[in-house]
Amino acid sequence: MNDPLGGQAIAKDLERRGATAAASAGPVKEGELALYAARKKIYPRTVHGLFDRWRWALVWLTQLVFYGLPWLAWNDRQAVLFDLAARKFYVLGFVFWPQDFIYLTALLIIAALSLFLFTAVGGRLWCGYACPQTVYTEMFMWIERKIEGGRAQRMLLDEGPMSARKLAIKAAKHGAWIAVALWTGFTFVGYFTPIKELWGAVASLSTGPWETFWILFYGFATYGNAGWMREQVCKYMCPYARFQSAMFDRDTMIVTYDAARGEPRGPRSRKIAHGAGALGDCVNCGLCVQVCPTGIDIRDGLQYECIGCAACIDACDQVMGKFNYPTGLIRYSTENALAHGWGFREMVRRVLRTRTLIYGAILLGVMAVLAGALYLRVPLKVDIVRDRASLAREVEGGRIENVYRIQLMNTQEVPHRFRIAASGLPGIGVASESEVEVPAATTRQVPLRVQIDPGATAKGSHRFEVEVKAVDDERIVAREQAVFLVR
Amino acid sequence: MSDFTSEFWNWYIAVLTVVSIIGCAVLLWMQTTRRAPGAKIDTTGHVWDEDLQEWNNPLPNWWRWLFYITVVFSLVYLAFYPGLGSFRGSLGWSQTKQYEDEVKKADATYGPIYAKYAAMDFDKLAGDANAMAIGQNLYLNYCAQCHASDARGAKGFPNLADADWQWGGDPKVIKETILNGRMAVMPPQGAALGPEGVKDVAHYVMSLSGMASDSIRVARGKEKFATICAACHGPDGKGNPALGAPNLTDKVWLYGGSEADIVATLQNGRTGQMPAWKGFLGEAKSHLVAAYVWSVGNKPAK
Repeated sequence: MNDPLGGQAIAKDLERRGATAAASAGPVKEGELALYAARKKIYPRTVHGLFDRWRWALVWLTQLVFYGLPWLAWNDRQAVLFDLAARKFYVLGFVFWPQDFIYLTALLIIAALSLFLFTAVGGRLWCGYACPQTVYTEMFMWIERKIEGGRAQRMLLDEGPMSARKLAIKAAKHGAWIAVALWTGFTFVGYFTPIKELWGAVASLSTGPWETFWILFYGFATYGNAGWMREQVCKYMCPYARFQSAMFDRDTMIVTYDAARGEPRGPRSRKIAHGAGALGDCVNCGLCVQVCPTGIDIRDGLQYECIGCAACIDACDQVMGKFNYPTGLIRYSTENALAHGWGFREMVRRVLRTRTLIYGAILLGVMAVLAGALYLRVPLKVDIVRDRASLAREVEGGRIENVYRIQLMNTQEVPHRFRIAASGLPGIGVASESEVEVPAATTRQVPLRVQIDPGATAKGSHRFEVEVKAVDDERIVAREQAVFLVR
Repeated sequence: MSDFTSEFWNWYIAVLTVVSIIGCAVLLWMQTTRRAPGAKIDTTGHVWDEDLQEWNNPLPNWWRWLFYITVVFSLVYLAFYPGLGSFRGSLGWSQTKQYEDEVKKADATYGPIYAKYAAMDFDKLAGDANAMAIGQNLYLNYCAQCHASDARGAKGFPNLADADWQWGGDPKVIKETILNGRMAVMPPQGAALGPEGVKDVAHYVMSLSGMASDSIRVARGKEKFATICAACHGPDGKGNPALGAPNLTDKVWLYGGSEADIVATLQNGRTGQMPAWKGFLGEAKSHLVAAYVWSVGNKPAK
């Protein structure tokens, strides 16, 4: 990455890292470097501001959906339920079958392209605002703050010896965390097991082995990741974190420290007017470092640890306000804007560039295809399998008969009566029962006998078409090709 | 598990495995720190393209412990499960045993259901929707390959949905057929009848089913039928279920009802085999399949 500070930042970073390595080194001898180091616990300072409000808005939005959705009802059933045992996936008015996995593919393509687009435009927006790791960490930190207090109090508590008070506070925090985590695990399982029944089972401690496992496992993962692991998930475990950084370009808006304006940094009196004196605008208060959830100093330039949460922007803007300096010493900016001294307008104009236009066009295309496919989706699927071992047989009147197994999948939640018809060969007709009743959202397999006139068709195999149509709704129609053998 | 040809290979593999695992641990331990004399303390000492250096970003310690846990896990695994040469592990687990356990479990679950149905009479079973659903599944899995999904058979494979039974249509006999199989042989009569005789008999047989036939040939064929064919098919051509000799008067033709087909049957003979299912399906399942097959034949044709 282009570093406005050049060697200075690297030197600084080396110094910082050197200090960490030395502090954690322990048995490491001179001339050796540790490839593993103890994690230094991070105590992010609370910050309020525009971007913090955005994050909380997304926490509310995503979690209201996540915790609330399984409780919604749709007609007589849960609105969103993934019934793995029955292999039926209920989403509002739709019932998806395993054959519909193509829609999931489209959804995943949309998710991936959205990630590309948002990252190209605004950096790690996903990481900073919407990723579950960020969202749950935010929630868990809120609990931590309510119980343990602010940054200084938390550090003091951790440094102090174990006491009855400390034990009580820690127990309360972990108790609250575990409660939220278990509720999260319960909600997660509620997407796969009807949540009201699950609640009854939980209340009477009679959940099945898999339900129990997943509630505890998902709860444990939530508790561990949001309570203990936090930024380590992003730094060491998350693949998206790494490839998002690789999708930045010189016009990507990322959280940036304006070094030209800020340096040389240093403390000063508030009475000195802006611009007077030899110092830049950075008052070196260190708040941007204290609020950072991954413990970096944004003033060292773009770093892979930065999840783009913009907490440092909120913190710095407050400080600038107190000094009556213009805000935006740390702001969303692009490399190009910084290099050319562009304002907000020029920067935003560059949002529309080849890369984002291509991402956007593909994204819109896939979304339109998915919407169209869902709109045109026929709630009936038909499979025809010819009896493998048998050839044609001759029946009364010399007509020639082939036998098939026809599978009728009624994916609607109402029963239907389907009429089966064959076409495409001389005198072709269905000799077995031509109307079949299929109950709501079930599959029925019936033997299908198809006959043709003798003599009119040459020996060998012939394609023909089977049409299945709902008697009560002629929009529900499916056509399948099959093969007729004449000997 | 097949045994090694000599004890050497057993030890070879066991020692190699243990040495590799311990080697991993040693390597891990050696790679905890890196000696980088002269290099700046924060780079790994690797330099590419003149000035491109790799920064050392130490992983957290718990990450290293994960590696050690895998080493411990593999040793514990090898103590419990087979993997070290021919050592079978202290749990005594094997694929064969797991398979047998699963079969035993399935038998315990489904056995009582089949036992219940096995004790029921055929006509009761035929009226039981659940029993018929299971029977149909069994039929589609094991029987439909030859007799077709609709049980109407194919050339050479009898139609089970009609009233015509080559070996007898009583459900007990059907079960007997399923359990022990049948071997039906129509011997070739070409040599005995001669080319004209074969045609004569064919026309007589066609006349038995009321099909169009040459009356002169029918008259000639009738005599030959009485001397050669009647032994199995009976003087009136109505067949003999005890021998599996088909009824020739019902217009049901296992190998085709055209003149050419019947001539070919007489000329070259036919061999039909129903395999025995006793060893595979067993008594109880065969009972259900018999009930299903019988019920198909007894339904009015649609």
